[in-house]
Amino acid sequence: MAYQAASGTLEAEDVTPRPSFLVLRRLARKRLAVVGLVVIVTIYLAGILAPLVAPHGFADTDFANTFAGPSLEHPLGTDRLGRDMLSRVIWASQTTVIISAAVILTGGLALGVTLGLLAGYAGGRLDNLIMRVADAFFGLPDILLLLLITATIRPRVEDFFDKFNGWPILGGLNDAGLPDYFLIFGALSLFGWVGMARIVRSQVLSLRETDYVMAARAAGARTPRVLFLHLLPNVSNIVIVAVTFSLGAIAGTEIALTWLGIGIQPPHPSFGVMIFDGSGLTNLRAHPMLMLVPAVVVAALLFSFNLLGDALNDVLNPHRR
Amino acid sequence: MQGLASYIIRRLLWAPVILLAVSLVTFGLGRFGPGDPIQILQGQYRDPEVRERIADELGYNDNFFVQYGRYMKNFVTGDLGTSLTYRGLPVEDVIFPRLWVTLQYNLVALVLIFAIGLPAGIWAALRQGTWTDPVIISFFLFFASVPVLVSIPILQWLFALKLGWLPSGGWEVREFFGVEIGLLNKRAILPVIILTLPGIAGVARYMRAQVLEVLSEDYVRTARAKGLAEFTVVSRHIARNALLPLATIMGFALVGLLAGSIFLETLLGIPGIGSYAFEAVFNRDYDSIMAIVLITSAAFVAANLLVDITYAFIDPRIRLGGELGR
Repeated sequence: MAYQAASGTLEAEDVTPRPSFLVLRRLARKRLAVVGLVVIVTIYLAGILAPLVAPHGFADTDFANTFAGPSLEHPLGTDRLGRDMLSRVIWASQTTVIISAAVILTGGLALGVTLGLLAGYAGGRLDNLIMRVADAFFGLPDILLLLLITATIRPRVEDFFDKFNGWPILGGLNDAGLPDYFLIFGALSLFGWVGMARIVRSQVLSLRETDYVMAARAAGARTPRVLFLHLLPNVSNIVIVAVTFSLGAIAGTEIALTWLGIGIQPPHPSFGVMIFDGSGLTNLRAHPMLMLVPAVVVAALLFSFNLLGDALNDVLNPHRR
Repeated sequence: MQGLASYIIRRLLWAPVILLAVSLVTFGLGRFGPGDPIQILQGQYRDPEVRERIADELGYNDNFFVQYGRYMKNFVTGDLGTSLTYRGLPVEDVIFPRLWVTLQYNLVALVLIFAIGLPAGIWAALRQGTWTDPVIISFFLFFASVPVLVSIPILQWLFALKLGWLPSGGWEVREFFGVEIGLLNKRAILPVIILTLPGIAGVARYMRAQVLEVLSEDYVRTARAKGLAEFTVVSRHIARNALLPLATIMGFALVGLLAGSIFLETLLGIPGIGSYAFEAVFNRDYDSIMAIVLITSAAFVAANLLVDITYAFIDPRIRLGGELGR
């Protein structure tokens, strides 16, 4: 820390890993981004704390009170089974949080960043191989393939998880819809690494010619050390921006798959199911809240990710604008 | 130029390899996945003997690689197999008319996206630092953030039910010189709007970044310094140079739009390639799925190739890269 501060006063331009408070201060000046950040944090917190925050369970029905308007008991009304809309939105956020966090950690960060670093640094054959595989994935119509994968593999995955029925912990997780989450997470991770790997690689291509990488190699650093200690910190800015954009994209894809009926299965809540339930024209006319409540939350979340990503891009990569 | 030729040849050689890998994976997913097209074909009437006969007839009893080899051999000669969704029809007879439907409104949407996105991006870049810039970009970003699953029912409700201006879906064609055109119909308006709105932001953002880069070039300062009219500076010096890299993303944009057509066509009842893909997956219509995936990925690979080659023409560092550092 002291070292960074000292060099920061000498050559402010060249210190790439800026003190994070500086970044935050610059970000705070962008009002739209701050609003976006607040929206994202609110929805994510609500999702993570769903068991504590949600006033009702996601499957609690109240048949005497179906299609109810907003009231004190149900601030956003109820759906056709009398389930509380506010609670369902909160539980659906949990699904979004779980899926996007899992996919970004494995697909985007573990696979994408590592392969990108490796391809960019190694060059030659390995680079060619990784990037051609990426091309193949990039060339596939992803929604169609995800459709195909989830539609064909689902019974296998369910059979596999059925073995654990009755087991102490895994059995309980099974009832919580673990196979669905696992399936969606696996399918999305398969495609999630490509964009990240490309971005990281293109950056590493120029970074590997820099003096500090040469110095590290001259000092005898092995490849993993160069990759993760010297190159990774210098691509972290770009990775942060890419993660922001991908989190929104993953959330959108999960919703689309669930909407098609091949994602999270009811009664487990997802914005995809809620939008599907509410989007019939009859429902939309008679009970617009059913559609508008999840739609507004989803649109707000995706919009916030876009705004925040743009702002972060401005702040973290000023030369790229 | 030596480097360029070998670069193009290297890239061209990779294209069939990629397509082969894609086809193998898709074929395997279909054959090894559960779900049985024959069961769907038979409907309620199920006789194991009939089942066996159909499986034999369709060649499903052969070894996987024999099946794959046969399919690919036929595919290369232009025989895309037989549709199970539309029983007995050759896949090519089903797919190409549907591809044409999808292509029509997709192309219009693509033109509109660029027609609105380019000026919006230029304008935003020229107003950098004022409130106009973030407002323009955020405005289009908002439309990009609303999932089509949400925008479709809302627009249907607005235009068809509330205002009664447009039909809520469907597709009607009129024949001109033997070509079926569906664009000159009110029914084509809604799909074009739905596809155009979310696409603008991407182009506007990209164009804004390009213009900002060009703005700081010396020749722009020179143009201003010699007293050219602002319009001439923007159109001749800034826009023209910023457009160059943008031309290459056109191909990607089109293929991206095609992928988005699945939801649009399913919800609006448009007989295009998207709704067919959806039906094919749920009917386990292997041959149709293969054909759709292969055609789309071939388009993607071609677009990718075109982009890379264009870039290699523009920027010699790319075709030499990779060998330089090692």
